[in-house]
Amino acid sequence: MAETNVAQSFTERRLGSAADLKLYQEELLAQKDPQQAEVIVCYGTGCLAAGAEQVEAALKEALDQAGLDTKVRPLIKTTGCRGFCSRGPLVVIQPEGLFYQKVKASDAEEIVQTTLVEGQPVERLLYQDPQSGEPIPREQDIPFYKKQHRLVLGRIGSVDPTDIRESIAAGAYQALAKVLTGMSPEDVVSEVEKSGLRGRGGAGFPTGRKWRGALKAIEKKGRPVYVVCNGDEGDPGAFMDCMIMEGDPHAVLEGMIIAAYALGSEQGYIYVRHEYPVAIKHLDLAMEQARSLGLLGDNILGSDFCFDLRINRGAGAFVCGESTALFTSIEGLAGEPRPKYVRSVEEGLWGRPTVLNNVESWANVPLIINNGADWFAGIGVPHSTGTKVFSLVGKVNNVGLVEVPMGTSLVEIIEEIGGGVPGGEPFKAVQTGGPSGGCIPYSLKDVPVDYDSLSKVGSMMGSGGMIVMDERDCVVDVARYFLRFLEEESCGKCIPCRLGLTRLREMLDDFSKGKGTEKDVEEIESLGEAIKDGSLCALGGSAPNPVLTTLQYFRDEYLAHINERRCPAGICKELISYQIDQEACTGCRTCARLCPQEAISGEKKKPHTIDQDKCIQCGICLESCNFGAVQVISPALVSQKSQEAAS
Amino acid sequence: MSTAPVEVDIDEIIERYPGKQEYLIFLLQDVQSAFRYIPPEALELICDHTGVPLSQAYSVATFYKSFSLKPKGEHQVKVCLGTACHLKGGERLVDDLERKLKVKAGETTADLLVTLETVNCLGCCALSPVVVVDDDYLAQATSGKLNKKLKSLAAQ
Ligand SMILES: Cc1cc2nc3c(=O)[nH]c(=O)nc-3n(C[C@H](O)[C@H](O)[C@H](O)COP(=O)(O)O)c2cc1C
Ligand code: SF4
Ligand code: FES
Ligand code: FES
Repeated sequence: MAETNVAQSFTERRLGSAADLKLYQEELLAQKDPQQAEVIVCYGTGCLAAGAEQVEAALKEALDQAGLDTKVRPLIKTTGCRGFCSRGPLVVIQPEGLFYQKVKASDAEEIVQTTLVEGQPVERLLYQDPQSGEPIPREQDIPFYKKQHRLVLGRIGSVDPTDIRESIAAGAYQALAKVLTGMSPEDVVSEVEKSGLRGRGGAGFPTGRKWRGALKAIEKKGRPVYVVCNGDEGDPGAFMDCMIMEGDPHAVLEGMIIAAYALGSEQGYIYVRHEYPVAIKHLDLAMEQARSLGLLGDNILGSDFCFDLRINRGAGAFVCGESTALFTSIEGLAGEPRPKYVRSVEEGLWGRPTVLNNVESWANVPLIINNGADWFAGIGVPHSTGTKVFSLVGKVNNVGLVEVPMGTSLVEIIEEIGGGVPGGEPFKAVQTGGPSGGCIPYSLKDVPVDYDSLSKVGSMMGSGGMIVMDERDCVVDVARYFLRFLEEESCGKCIPCRLGLTRLREMLDDFSKGKGTEKDVEEIESLGEAIKDGSLCALGGSAPNPVLTTLQYFRDEYLAHINERRCPAGICKELISYQIDQEACTGCRTCARLCPQEAISGEKKKPHTIDQDKCIQCGICLESCNFGAVQVISPALVSQKSQEAAS
Repeated sequence: MSTAPVEVDIDEIIERYPGKQEYLIFLLQDVQSAFRYIPPEALELICDHTGVPLSQAYSVATFYKSFSLKPKGEHQVKVCLGTACHLKGGERLVDDLERKLKVKAGETTADLLVTLETVNCLGCCALSPVVVVDDDYLAQATSGKLNKKLKSLAAQ
């Protein structure tokens, strides 16, 4: 992103009041020519991994070559994730809003020539409507975006997150100005209470009530009080907090500064997962720039209010996302949860009153202050207000970040926004809530996505991971996956969590090998309940959910594993065989070359076969076949070796 | 390339932070990224500086997965095992790499060339399954793509 040292270029400017901020915003807007073309390159993780950097470099070069007059020369801008990651690298041309997808460096010249010089769209880079095949030139008309309500993600994709001026021009810190000029701390807390905002990090605790609790604790214990942001994003299938921190760090800072004002806090902390170096960099830059403008640090916007922030990088422990473990980790210790006899708002970081909220919760605060609690409460459904950001992944056509009003149905999200499962069949299940959540079957597709409805069907909102599964995904395997994850991440303090999860996982390991009885299924259920009851923190307390919900909705699939030694999805290694379809095989030998066991033989250009005695079910042949000739069958073929062993 | 680049000065790292317990993890992180592991001498110096007892620093260094008390390889191969990558066959890639490199996930090859690791969601699920080799993302990774990449590491 912007290479120049932005922070330095406005150190001479310190915003001395809310009016000064408004003035600055107007100046910044006035400097902009609305007709000036802008080439926006998505620099979210997905697009970067798909080659966005090369695309940007090629566009720069093509612009240089085109020798456009400096007056009309378009700006190139890089932004955070635009959400439609499966179509990346994305390039958007403003002011027309032309949306180019799957752009390659080699497309740069044509984009510059055809669009920027001649003013025509490059047809082949446009998104095509999957039904009609018609090109859809503008982003806002694409079905993926049309059904969304992008508020928290509103600035992401249009501002360069490394230049605070862009965010200020787009309205950042106006809520802070409003608070400092016309709202008492009490007004702020009651506004957040009235909005109905609930925590976006997992449990859905009402944010306003938490802040109120902290005010009460301060009455008793006095200050200091701390404000903390949970950016640990532990759910292994979710990345929305990462994209918010990367794409609009100022929204998070502004939310925290507003809370600090309401609570009289002078110091805050942002705890970021260590795998997110770009989020850390952008937050760091954002803080530095906000400080130099007088939006963070001493005498914010010329007032008496002083508040500063520090980033703590996580060090690779899922349990540190839990509130008390997170505090312990900030204190410099191993992040083990503490018993919550006393609530964190009273005794949190360093034993002081503390408000901990999730990244997305913080980013909602400025929206509530700017637009009012009533406006916010009008979005969504009564007990789940506002919007929620989901990372929609798995077996779905449109993989990416989506933001919808609470209460939108599962099927709307997956089919209308997500474009359904590749191949067109209905989805089999959706996993929500990550390792603490559950799998919801297709039969419940109309369930509204809000805190209470998801709990009612045995899953939960969690932080916003939404993983779509199709018929090729095995529920036993998915339950095992989450158990293995949690078993590894358990801090080991509670015996039911430490030993119980291992026992559960071992039982599922057996199931995946076809071993087990219906009695074992019942044991899983009772052991699951025991783990829930006997664990100190919610890691153990919710760990059995993925197993229990899959058992509830997909019991037959479990039984097929143990009664018929069959994995209907064709995933569990010991219950499947790979076979080559003699009709479809062209004898290209790709699989034979890659097979680590040299189990595949046959003459060149003739159908090949797999020696079941040698095969270890690694699946490399299946993955490498270009003709769909490798088939998975279950129950497994009986190999000669095992036949001999049995006799 | 040696495991500890000589230009890094441990004292310089230590001076970056005040001598307080709350900076223990910061110090370990900086040492880890400079040396690719926490050398025992460094751990002692950190303890002297922060006043944290060695046993406590040791338990912190072993609790968090990003710290390693053993030298890591020159190259890092990280297989994403986030949920999306798991569904698209991430596990299969780990098995495959374990066979090829003759180490288990989390271990380093005997010649200190490669450390094989697993991570959870890297934020590019659209490209799953994903393998990251140093800073290079392999999208829709397959056994064939990994073969090529490993060869290029060995040839460097
Ligand atoms: C094991 C465990 C892991 C958690 N991980 C996270 C996380 O990564 N991010 C997060 O915001 N909350 C996480 N939470 C929830 C936090 O404990 C806490 O409820 C939340 O950060 C509060 O913020 P909110 O009210 O704004 O959601 C986790 C909880 C548990 C028990
Ligand atoms: S429930 Fe599990 S993770 Fe939580 S404190 Fe107990 S042992 Fe640790
Ligand atoms: S990273 Fe570009 S759209 Fe998500
Ligand atoms: S699960 Fe692998 S990148 Fe998200």
